[in-house]
Amino acid sequence: MNKKAPLFHLSKRSMMPQSKAWAIRIASFFVAIIIGGLIFLFLGNNPFSAYFEILSGSLGKNVALRQTIKIAVPLLGTALAIAPCFKMKFWNIGAEGQITAGAIGATFFALTFAGKVPSIVLLILMGIGGALCGAIWAFFPALFKAKWGTNETLFTLMMNYIAIGLVKWLQGGPWEGKPGSQIIPTFHKDAILPKVFGIHCGWIIALLLVIFMFVYMKYSKHGYEIAVIGESQNTARYAGMNVAKITVRTMLLSGAICGLVGYMVVSGANKTLYAGVADNVGFTAITVAWLAQLNPFAMIAISFLLAILTKGAGSLQTAMAVPTSISDIITGIFLFCMLACEFFINYKIVFKGHSSKTEVKDKDGKAVAVK
Amino acid sequence: MMAFITSFIALLFSAIVNGAPLMFGTMGEILTEKSGNLNLGVEGMMYMGGAFGLAGAFYYEKAAGEGAIGVVAVLIAILCALIAGAFAALIYSFITISLRANQNVTGLALSIFGTGVGQFVGEYMRTTEGGYVALGNNLKEYFVNSPFPKVLQDIPYIGKIIFGQNIFVYIGIVVAVIMGVFIKKTRFGLNLRAVGESPATADAAGINVTRYKYLATIIGGGISAIGGMVYIMTIANGVWNHEGLAGEGWLAVALVIFCLWRPMNALWGSMLFGGLTILYLRVHLPIPDEIYKILPYIVTVLVLILISLRKKKENQPPESLGNAYFREDR
Repeated sequence: MNKKAPLFHLSKRSMMPQSKAWAIRIASFFVAIIIGGLIFLFLGNNPFSAYFEILSGSLGKNVALRQTIKIAVPLLGTALAIAPCFKMKFWNIGAEGQITAGAIGATFFALTFAGKVPSIVLLILMGIGGALCGAIWAFFPALFKAKWGTNETLFTLMMNYIAIGLVKWLQGGPWEGKPGSQIIPTFHKDAILPKVFGIHCGWIIALLLVIFMFVYMKYSKHGYEIAVIGESQNTARYAGMNVAKITVRTMLLSGAICGLVGYMVVSGANKTLYAGVADNVGFTAITVAWLAQLNPFAMIAISFLLAILTKGAGSLQTAMAVPTSISDIITGIFLFCMLACEFFINYKIVFKGHSSKTEVKDKDGKAVAVK
Repeated sequence: MMAFITSFIALLFSAIVNGAPLMFGTMGEILTEKSGNLNLGVEGMMYMGGAFGLAGAFYYEKAAGEGAIGVVAVLIAILCALIAGAFAALIYSFITISLRANQNVTGLALSIFGTGVGQFVGEYMRTTEGGYVALGNNLKEYFVNSPFPKVLQDIPYIGKIIFGQNIFVYIGIVVAVIMGVFIKKTRFGLNLRAVGESPATADAAGINVTRYKYLATIIGGGISAIGGMVYIMTIANGVWNHEGLAGEGWLAVALVIFCLWRPMNALWGSMLFGGLTILYLRVHLPIPDEIYKILPYIVTVLVLILISLRKKKENQPPESLGNAYFREDR
């Protein structure tokens, strides 16, 4: 970029006030909307009616709103699970596999004990089974990272496909319903999460998890340890923290929550298990967590936003014959814009010879005068 | 014995065919990772390469009609895929290199975006072209058949393996050799490795870190995307279907580790993985097919564990892999 004599240089900003930082984030949100609008225009659709269709298709009716929330719940839950890992700079991109493993655990109990124990016991057993399996799935990458420094990004990534492969095997093998159908039968009614306000009660669990994660990260000793390790492992060691233990413990928690999400998806939304149970939620949730700055409350807003896009794109297809994959494109653009805007929060651009003036798209010239 | 040899040759042949898309995907990502950028958007870039590569060849055939020339169609498909992948990698590069955003998250965002664009282009073609997009048989031959004369292919045993592959296998071999020499033997390659291992040191030595990272990532993205096109044109038979690439890009990310970041290893590595993905069709072991299919991933995990246990210097990932570089951060 700076080939010749540097026309400008970058320098790190010291803390920008939160309000200003969020203003920049919101501005980038609007930039994304404009770019998305240009794409609609390019495709020959009126961007305003397209956006209106997305909003009305996802929020307009009660039924639609419920479906939107149903999409948002696993996203939110998984983003919460990922948050402590990312805070620790442990790049767990295996949520997809941990959700799937959790779903397997929950399904095991649903298929084995349905009708034999009371519904409430069964549901609790399924939840425990889900959390346990999710935690196991997270345990191995964490252990190897903690003991031998094995690259966790790639390890967790591989675990995803192993879990999905296992489900494919279960689907066509031991848990197959009708022989040859490759489908696991729909759960017994005892194994299905009850509905509250027309949506499976997973949303309540997710909201409780928001509060739990907020307190855990902000006010607990564990949360403090995670934050210190994220800043510097050496500092943590110097302070006498057992980094390996904390890494494994945090990943177990993360995996367990992912497992719970898997449980909610099979028991609440799908009422059965199939290979696509995680449906890329594990990956999308990473972006949710990151864009929310790992703030649990901000995750609610962002997961809801992405759910609106996904659900809205569905009705966009019926109304305007735009393929549903448009939602992935627009989601991608949103993510790009919001990732890019962090730059303007963390860095400032100082031009050669204009040291008193900065070019920052989001109009904040004041901070530079100090330099 | 004869039967065994014949079926072994058949297995080897289809291993190579199935490995070819992986070979490109892997080589592109190796180049990218050598510069210290972990681009997890391979799946997305390959989707875009697949969709745009097919679109290029398809619309060329439509425009040229009877006079369509096979070689031109192949070149157009390669070019379209390359440009699509390079463009996607450019987005990634700008956000991670210039704007220094987190590489993992940006890569995942690119995966979402790229699969979206790929599916969209595929769907769009399908709806506008009356429900079905496929290349004509005349042109398809140039994509799936060997470029060598029949005489060579008929040599017993080795003929089909050596001369019977589709053109992309040979292109891939050439690219791997060039890339291997480039990374290992040239000054630019040395610089690139320096950038990937320690950008601060490279910077101090006067190497333009930003330029190297950009070029490696963009060219790498283009090469990966060609893999997507090869998949659609050869394995998926030149038809766009809902399945898309079925996780091929993620397998390529795995393969990069398996190959220990060396392009020449990608040659046999992709063949092995290509073989593993179809092995269940040919060799019957007393384990279920679906368990068979996760073998490549299990093998990758084992390799990953092994290299971290042995701590051999030359087998490690590039030191700065996944980290943004900011000069004033020292």
